[in-house]
Amino acid sequence: MSDLRFTKDHEWLRIEGDAAVVGISDYAQEKLGDIVYVELPEIGRKVAKGAEAAVVESVKAASEVYTPVSGEVIAVNDALGENPAEVNGDAMGKGWFFKIRLDDPAELGDLMDEAAYRKFVEGLE
Amino acid sequence: MGESDSNALRRTPLYALHHELGGKLVPFAGYEMPVHYRPGILAEHRHTRTAAGLFDVSHMGQIRLIGAGADAALERLVPGEIKALKPGRMRYTLFTNDQGGVSDDLMVLRRADDLFLIVNAACKEQDFAHLQCHLGAGVAAEFLEDRALLALQGPAAAAVLARHAQGVESLRFLGGAVMTVAGIETLVTRSGYTGEDGFEISLAADRAEALARRLLAEPEVDAVGLGARDSLRLEAGLCLYGHDLDPETTPVEAGLNWVLGKRRLAEGGFPGVAVIRRQLADGPARLRVGLLPDGRAPVRDASPIEDANGRVLGQVTSGGFSPTLNRPIAMGYVAAAVAAPGTPVEFLVREKRLPGRVVALPFVPHRYART
Repeated sequence: MSDLRFTKDHEWLRIEGDAAVVGISDYAQEKLGDIVYVELPEIGRKVAKGAEAAVVESVKAASEVYTPVSGEVIAVNDALGENPAEVNGDAMGKGWFFKIRLDDPAELGDLMDEAAYRKFVEGLE
Repeated sequence: MGESDSNALRRTPLYALHHELGGKLVPFAGYEMPVHYRPGILAEHRHTRTAAGLFDVSHMGQIRLIGAGADAALERLVPGEIKALKPGRMRYTLFTNDQGGVSDDLMVLRRADDLFLIVNAACKEQDFAHLQCHLGAGVAAEFLEDRALLALQGPAAAAVLARHAQGVESLRFLGGAVMTVAGIETLVTRSGYTGEDGFEISLAADRAEALARRLLAEPEVDAVGLGARDSLRLEAGLCLYGHDLDPETTPVEAGLNWVLGKRRLAEGGFPGVAVIRRQLADGPARLRVGLLPDGRAPVRDASPIEDANGRVLGQVTSGGFSPTLNRPIAMGYVAAAVAAPGTPVEFLVREKRLPGRVVALPFVPHRYART
């Protein structure tokens, strides 16, 4: 009954009704290392699938976070402003980035479920 | 030095140990080097500031200059005072080019019968060729390929090393001596690249892992990777060659006037002396400064620096996050007229304008053992 979906760019989505919460996977936070800054989209912004929606910065470098689905940003995780390390500590929970109201739930069909993502990540190692 | 006949990455004598310690190895200056170990860059950085960090810097070039006129010969390539350098003393200097730019920065230690140079990994072949080409008759350059280099840095470094080496306490900042450390013959200098007290230890490559293990067994010592080495040196306001120094940047622009020997400036006889004299007399057009973004977003190398009206003032050359100050810090070059601490600036990052200001360097005070 997992409502989690993943992208090949290591974002995760948790489907909540007609919306989805988006973050980066545990694999991604591990690869990035210590996260010191997260730039989040403005609430109300319309984003198209595959567009850059957030930026996550580790000590070493900045990385873009792409939205896996199209829609309107309806919430962002302001707590990351003060405590970006939450992404390292709890990437799949308290380290969420933004919530988006889905334009087209059919886009979810392109994403991996948890088992498929796990397999995908194993193939990268 | 032999030709590098493949693109294969080189390994230091501590390669196996890096793996064992969970090091994340990345390509750096032609070597596979640990950017961090299991604790991560922030923890390794803080450990170095509070206890002691052990760094593998064996990728750096170690070169001996042998011959009675070695000091005079080296002075033909650098603006520093080398002839007056006393045995057992070390000095920071620069290879300059005819335009007064910097082709590498290096440390020079005078020993009883030679000069011992440490140069950057990415420049070492070029530096060695440059030396061989210009030293002249009677002075030989020898590349020490079979040596490793370890750095032990932090407020606990001296106490730790003293457990394994007699006489370490008698070295002061930028002193060097041959010492037996844990039964291994080494060349120890009290120097480093973190702003902390600490030591750099040159030794035979085949003994490096044994010494590293002995030092890591000390409770104060953790392995620290190149990621924290970079954030430590940035907090200390120290230049990274290829970023803060390059062939188009002069020592005067870099604010490194203290490396220009008084006698050397008067006598001349090093590449770029005319440009350097002119910049000293007239003032340089731009200067290296510390930069402090107001917000939380890091500002990185190559970000443009502008004033509030969009006039270009300069460019960031090193930027990142300061674990000690828990905020972003940066270094860069701005027009001399706006180089005073307190001057407001704006950084262009991802098409946004982030406010900040010029500040004095270093960000974190040095804690060298000067006396």
